[in-house]
Amino acid sequence: MSVTSEEPRGRQIPDRLTSPLRKALSSWELLLFGVAVAIFIANSFASPWFLDPWNLSDASFNFTEKALIAFAMAMLIIAGDIDLSVASIIALTSTMMGLAMMAGAPMPVLVLVGLVTGLVCGAFNGLLVAGFGLPSIVVTIGTMSLFRGISYIVLGDGAFTGYPASFAYFGQGYVWWVITFELFLFALFAVIFGVLLHKTSFGRAVYAIGNNATAARFSGIRVNRIRFILFLQTGLMSGIAAICLTSRLGSTRPSIATGFELEVVTMVVLGGVSILGGSGSIPGVVIAALVMGLVTFGLGLLNVPGIVMSIIIGALLIGVIALPRLWSMWRR
Amino acid sequence: MGILTKIMTTAAVATALIATSASAETKRIAIVAKALGIGFFEAAAKGANEAAAELGDVEIIYTGPTDTTAEGQIEVINSLIAQRVDAIAVSANDTDALVPTLKRAMDRGITVISWDSGVAPEGRQMHLNPSSNPLIGNTIIKLAADHLPEGGDVAVLSATTTSTNQNIWIEEMTKVLPDYPGINVVATVYGDDLADKSYRETQGLLQTYPDLKAIIAPTSVGIVAAAQAVTDAGKVGEVNVTGLGLPSEMAGHVKSGASQSFAIWNPIDLGYAATYIAYELASDKAEAAPGAEISMGRIGTVTLDDNNEGAMSDPFTYDASNIDEFSSIF
Repeated sequence: MSVTSEEPRGRQIPDRLTSPLRKALSSWELLLFGVAVAIFIANSFASPWFLDPWNLSDASFNFTEKALIAFAMAMLIIAGDIDLSVASIIALTSTMMGLAMMAGAPMPVLVLVGLVTGLVCGAFNGLLVAGFGLPSIVVTIGTMSLFRGISYIVLGDGAFTGYPASFAYFGQGYVWWVITFELFLFALFAVIFGVLLHKTSFGRAVYAIGNNATAARFSGIRVNRIRFILFLQTGLMSGIAAICLTSRLGSTRPSIATGFELEVVTMVVLGGVSILGGSGSIPGVVIAALVMGLVTFGLGLLNVPGIVMSIIIGALLIGVIALPRLWSMWRR
Repeated sequence: MGILTKIMTTAAVATALIATSASAETKRIAIVAKALGIGFFEAAAKGANEAAAELGDVEIIYTGPTDTTAEGQIEVINSLIAQRVDAIAVSANDTDALVPTLKRAMDRGITVISWDSGVAPEGRQMHLNPSSNPLIGNTIIKLAADHLPEGGDVAVLSATTTSTNQNIWIEEMTKVLPDYPGINVVATVYGDDLADKSYRETQGLLQTYPDLKAIIAPTSVGIVAAAQAVTDAGKVGEVNVTGLGLPSEMAGHVKSGASQSFAIWNPIDLGYAATYIAYELASDKAEAAPGAEISMGRIGTVTLDDNNEGAMSDPFTYDASNIDEFSSIF
C-alpha cells in the first residue's frame, strides 16, 4: 500500500522482502483502473449522454448499495468465509422496517430497526459459522432461504408502501450538487473499510486467518471472534444497504434485491479479492464497483439488452482474472 | 475541480443541445418490458413497431431487464431518462417501487404511461389495461353463445371461490346474461386453478348435466383441464369449452375441436395501443386527465376513468384461423 521509494537495487540483497503477491496485487488495481478509464472514455464517445453529471449521478445507483455490502464481503472473503444471504438480509430488514412503519414508527426508529435487523441476521450467521463451526457457504445458503422466507410469510404478494417523506432522503436525497447520499456513504465506507483492513491489526488478523486459520490461532489471534465480527459487519452493511434501497424504492416487497448476492460477490472478485481467501484490497473493490457501474450504465445508454450486458460482465470478470495469470505464465 | 466542473457543464450543455435537436425530428418512445425474452413482450414490441411505422416520426426503443425485478427495471429506466427519450411506456414489475424513478422521469419532461401491469397513479400519467371487467364478462358469455344459435345449457368452471378476478368476471357475465336469450347458466363449479381438480369438476359437470352445450372457464388452468376432460369423455363436438386461455396451451384443443374459440388479450394490439397513446401524449395531441379520450389508431379510442386508467378493448378471440400464428408467441 505505502509507496516504496527504493532505488533499483541490481543484485543487492534487499533488507526487506517485497512479496511477489504484493506486487501482483498492486498491478491488479492498476490494470483494473486502466479498464475503468478505458470504459469511461469509450462510453463518452459511444453516447452523447454519458458525460452529464446528473446522468452519472443517476447511474451511481447501479452500484452504490451493492458496493456498501461488497466492502464488508471483501473482508469476509479475505478471511476465507462467504455470506450468500446478504440479499435476503436486505429483504428481511426492509420487511421489518415496513412493519415498524405500519406501526407508526418515525424515521429515526425505522433506521434503527434497519440497523438492528441487519446486525441480528449477521449475528445469526456468525453464531452458526464461528460458534458451531459450520461451513459458511452451507449456513448462508440456508439463511438465504430463511430470511427471505420470513419476508414472504409476512408480506405474501403484498407490499409495504407509504414510508414517511423524510425517509426518502437515504435513497433519493443529495448531499451536495450531484453527490447523492448513497454516493457519499459509498465514499465514506470505502475510507472506513480501507483503513480497517489495511491500517489496523484487526485487518492484519483478517489476512492471517484467510491464509492459514490454524497458524493464526497459534499466533494468538482470536479467530472465531474475528470471524463472528466479520459476519456481524456484513449483516450491518446489508442493513444499511436495505435502508438505502427501501428508501430509493419507497416500498417493500419480499422480492426486493433478488440476485444482489451474486452481483456483490462478482464485484468483490473483480476487485481482485481471492475467492479462496488471504488476499485482496479495498481500493480494488472500489474500482471494481465503478467498473461495473460504468459498464452497465454505458451499455444501458446504447440500449444493449440486459442479456448481452451480463455476458459482457461475465467476460470482463473472466478476462480481468485470467489476464494476470496468462501474463505470468507467458513471462515464465 | 473548477476545470472539471467546467468541462462537465460544457458537456452537459452540449448534450442537452444535441438531445433537443434530435427530439424535434422524431419522437423516441421506449417500450419497457417486465423482462426480455418473454414471448408476450416480444409480441408487444412487434405491435409497437407497427404503430411506429404508421406514425412515421417515431423511433421505438424496446428494452427491459434480464429478470423480472423492479431494481433491474429501475436501472433500465435510469438509462432511458439519461437518453432523454420522449416517452416511457412500462409494464411494471412492481406497482410501487418504480414510482420514485418514474416521477423523476416526469419531472424531466418525459411522458410516462404504464400498460399491462400498472404503476401506482402518482408514478404515471395514465395506465392502459388490456381490457376491463365488464368487457371480459361479456366476452366469455358471447364466446359460448356465438356457437349456440338455439341456446342451451352452459356451466362455469372457475378458479377458487375467493379468486377476485374470476368472481368479478362471472358477476359481470351474469349482468349481461339477459342479452343472450336461450342461454341458461346451470352451474358454477370451482377447480381451484389446479389441473386435476378442474379436470374432476368438469367430469362431474358432464355427468350431472347430460345436455350441457358449453363450459366457460375464465381461467387459463381451468380451460385446458376442461378441454382435456371433454376430449377424454368423447364429447368433442357436443360440449364446447371456452373462456380465457393462452394460445400456446390451447392450440391442440382448438385443432381437435374441443374448443371452438377462446379469448385473451392480444399483446400485439397492446404494444400498438401503448405506443400510440405515448405518442399522442408526448406530442401534446392529447392530455391524460379523467374523462379524456385518447386515440389508439386502428383500435379506436380509450377513455380514461377517475384514476387515469383506460381499457383497450374486448379480449381478442382466438380460433382455428389464427391459433397457429399466436401459439408460438405466448
